[in-house]
Amino acid sequence: MTTVSRRLFLQIGAGATGALVVGFAWRAAAPADTRPLLLGNYVSIDIDGTVTVRAPNPEIGQGVKTSLPMLIAEELDVDWDRVRVEMAPNDPTRFGQQDAGGSMSIHRNYTALRQVGAAARWMLVDAAARRLQASHGEFRTAHGRVHHSSGQSFDYGELAAAASLLQLPDPKSLVLKDPAKFSIIGTSRRGVDSPRIVRGEPIFGIDMTLPDMAYAVYVKAPVFGARLLRCELAAARAERGIIDVFTLKGQGDRHGLQDGIAIIASSWWYAQAARAKLEPLWDTDIGVGHDSTRYREEAHSLLAKPGTVLEEKGDVEAALAQAAQRLTADYEVPFLAHATLEPQNCTARVKGDSVEIWAPTQTPEEGRQLVARTLGVAPDSVIVHMRRAGGGFGRRLENDYMAEAASIARHAGVPIKLVWSREDDFAHDFYRAASYHRLRAGLDKKGRVSAFAAHGVTFAHGSEVAQAAGIEGNGFESRVVPASRLEQSLIPTIVPTGYLRAPVSNGLAFVRECFWDELALAANMDPVAFRLAALSNGSSSGGSFDAARMRAVLEAVALRSNWAKARLAKGQGMGVACYFSHSGYFAEVVRVRVDADGHWQVLNVWVAGDIGSQIVNPLAARAQVEGAVMDGIGSMRAEITVVNGAAIQTNFDGFPLLRMPEAPVVDVEFVMSAAAPTGLGEPALPPVLPAVANAIHAACGARVRQLPLTAERIQAARRG
Amino acid sequence: MISLVINGAPRSLDVPEDFPLLWALRDILGMMGTKFGCGIAQCGACTVHVDGVAVRACITEVGSVAGSKITTIEAMADTPIGTALQSAWLELDVVQCGYCQAGQIMSAGALLAENPAPDDAAIDAAMEGNICRCATYQRIRAAIKLASRQPQADRRHQ
Repeated sequence: MTTVSRRLFLQIGAGATGALVVGFAWRAAAPADTRPLLLGNYVSIDIDGTVTVRAPNPEIGQGVKTSLPMLIAEELDVDWDRVRVEMAPNDPTRFGQQDAGGSMSIHRNYTALRQVGAAARWMLVDAAARRLQASHGEFRTAHGRVHHSSGQSFDYGELAAAASLLQLPDPKSLVLKDPAKFSIIGTSRRGVDSPRIVRGEPIFGIDMTLPDMAYAVYVKAPVFGARLLRCELAAARAERGIIDVFTLKGQGDRHGLQDGIAIIASSWWYAQAARAKLEPLWDTDIGVGHDSTRYREEAHSLLAKPGTVLEEKGDVEAALAQAAQRLTADYEVPFLAHATLEPQNCTARVKGDSVEIWAPTQTPEEGRQLVARTLGVAPDSVIVHMRRAGGGFGRRLENDYMAEAASIARHAGVPIKLVWSREDDFAHDFYRAASYHRLRAGLDKKGRVSAFAAHGVTFAHGSEVAQAAGIEGNGFESRVVPASRLEQSLIPTIVPTGYLRAPVSNGLAFVRECFWDELALAANMDPVAFRLAALSNGSSSGGSFDAARMRAVLEAVALRSNWAKARLAKGQGMGVACYFSHSGYFAEVVRVRVDADGHWQVLNVWVAGDIGSQIVNPLAARAQVEGAVMDGIGSMRAEITVVNGAAIQTNFDGFPLLRMPEAPVVDVEFVMSAAAPTGLGEPALPPVLPAVANAIHAACGARVRQLPLTAERIQAARRG
Repeated sequence: MISLVINGAPRSLDVPEDFPLLWALRDILGMMGTKFGCGIAQCGACTVHVDGVAVRACITEVGSVAGSKITTIEAMADTPIGTALQSAWLELDVVQCGYCQAGQIMSAGALLAENPAPDDAAIDAAMEGNICRCATYQRIRAAIKLASRQPQADRRHQ
């Protein structure tokens, strides 16, 4: 039996940045063939009617293994219960950009994947039309069947073989459904992997096993980027269960392989235990002077001087001089770790030049390229399998663990599973960068913000701004204030920095929106009314920021939270904040209780968010908001402290995460707008931090401008 | 050799007495449902039952549980409490990344075995040792109440 392989491409969603290519190839077989037929890379329809939809992007808990296939199934016109979802292979030539980051999955795929479903549906209709010698207009589809106006109908399975031989339609000719007729998009669907998860089935990266696999740990420097000088390996080799111990030389890339000692054992625990027998000597001089306290001192001296101007509108100094009232405040946020609950891990098998990788990753293709570079093999000889990730939060945009696992497996000569200890994870993160800010603003006689100057100090690697550490505007002040300026200064660092959920915004929202609260109070205005007034300025829209959408979510959350009308018990306060990030508009109100000793607890959070015209999966969408809000609150208690070029926190005992008793009640409302649907993993997070801090101020009068927001800082602010 | 009874079946392991139960389950027995999160009993991802009590397998030496009845997530569907919890978890779509959820269900199972209708304070106390990095706490709380046939509202702050 011969199988004809063909590959075609639909050019979908051509835009200014170039066409998004959605692979839509299929394998066609002879019509008499009774084997399952693949109708497209995304969709396969078995002759028995089973519909399999491939989920293209990594699942890290954001729900795209469910929501992206929903987009296809909707336009395919098949019942969701009949759809089997499986993970796609990593192959950008067929599946486009397969990553999980920037809340981009829905943004990028909303139309493209609907077109995929519509194309598959079109081909099934075409197959029926050819069979009955009728025109497309005489058919309709529903529930996985093609119906002819005569009453005759076919199950998709009956048409699959014939359809697979047909030409793809021109995407421009496809008519997508009227959203009013959606039966899957906009309905709540449960996570497709959840039944396996609650039974404890082995679907995560760390659960991977291979025949004859050994286990590995990789011991790296206690100081960022330090080189290994020497290490005696014999004592560790003599330990129980140890198969091999060897050193690897780093390649000078902080995103890839670094110097270390690999321990290979018959159980991960034996490898971990044998670490105690190593006494490596590292060249730790590189870390001298790299301390959180020294960074803070340097930041304050930089804040006293002009920085590099990133944005400027009008003459801000003149506007400040003319202001009726001027305010200045310094804010600060610390380094943070990602702390994915599943530690970094990777399983690798290397046979000659052929490399196979199984990993929980947010960027499988970047990982494949990194592994090829690290081993010096062609990218085509590397396969990366995406495993479900036990959290991502931006940590798994990096693939350092892949470079390590591949290098270790090649040297060891057997397949290995590399698992980082929690201590490894805290010591070798790509941390959210700390930043230090001086804000100055002027209010006119009517209490309007007439000038706004922000200067942020962040970090540099060499002469470049460190990864994900840049100071940015989010369109707000530059739109709503007549004169504004944004400046940045840089401190050289060796600390690896990276993207943490809602990168940049997760720190800047706290800084900006707390200061706006200070301005509202200085103007003697209600914080919601103050923001609404600013957002009503004639010039307040433009670029990517739409003031009307922000006003709408602010008004919605004020109503929902009974803002300014709620009766509060002693020690309680309510705070508000709004922030625009990752294309989403979010306004949040927090009710907090502050005890006499400064201990605080968030009781309620009300959220109103606008991510466009359609919520794909409401049940999962609310979950993303609930989680993002609690993630943001949890982050307000934690920090990574750098001392001599190393993080001093080593595990969850030093880096508290939110726990059950601290979890507030979160109420979520989506405000619909006409904008194209965008993503939800991140934009609900930033505003909750300032809303909490503003609520604490409302509750007890303590204005804390530095995170983590500790009881000690509240007590110090209360004493004034 | 260490002899253990895991999910009702006798198992013999050629490991030292101080070998952690977590790694015996995962690496020696190939039972991957019990998860590694921290190694110091801070996160609860490795929660199992030893004679019905929730314990952290990462700091439990196999020698200390020889002869005890060990239950893991893989056997939770065999009990009425386990199936009620798993159904409630699915019904309310608790899972985000899902990595902690086996440990959460094990802690919830031990709670319901002792207290068939826990209030919010009892849920807080029993579940405090289990971190959910995705912070699905609101739904975990509701799912425990659903599994114990109680109204699902969180009444702590009313």
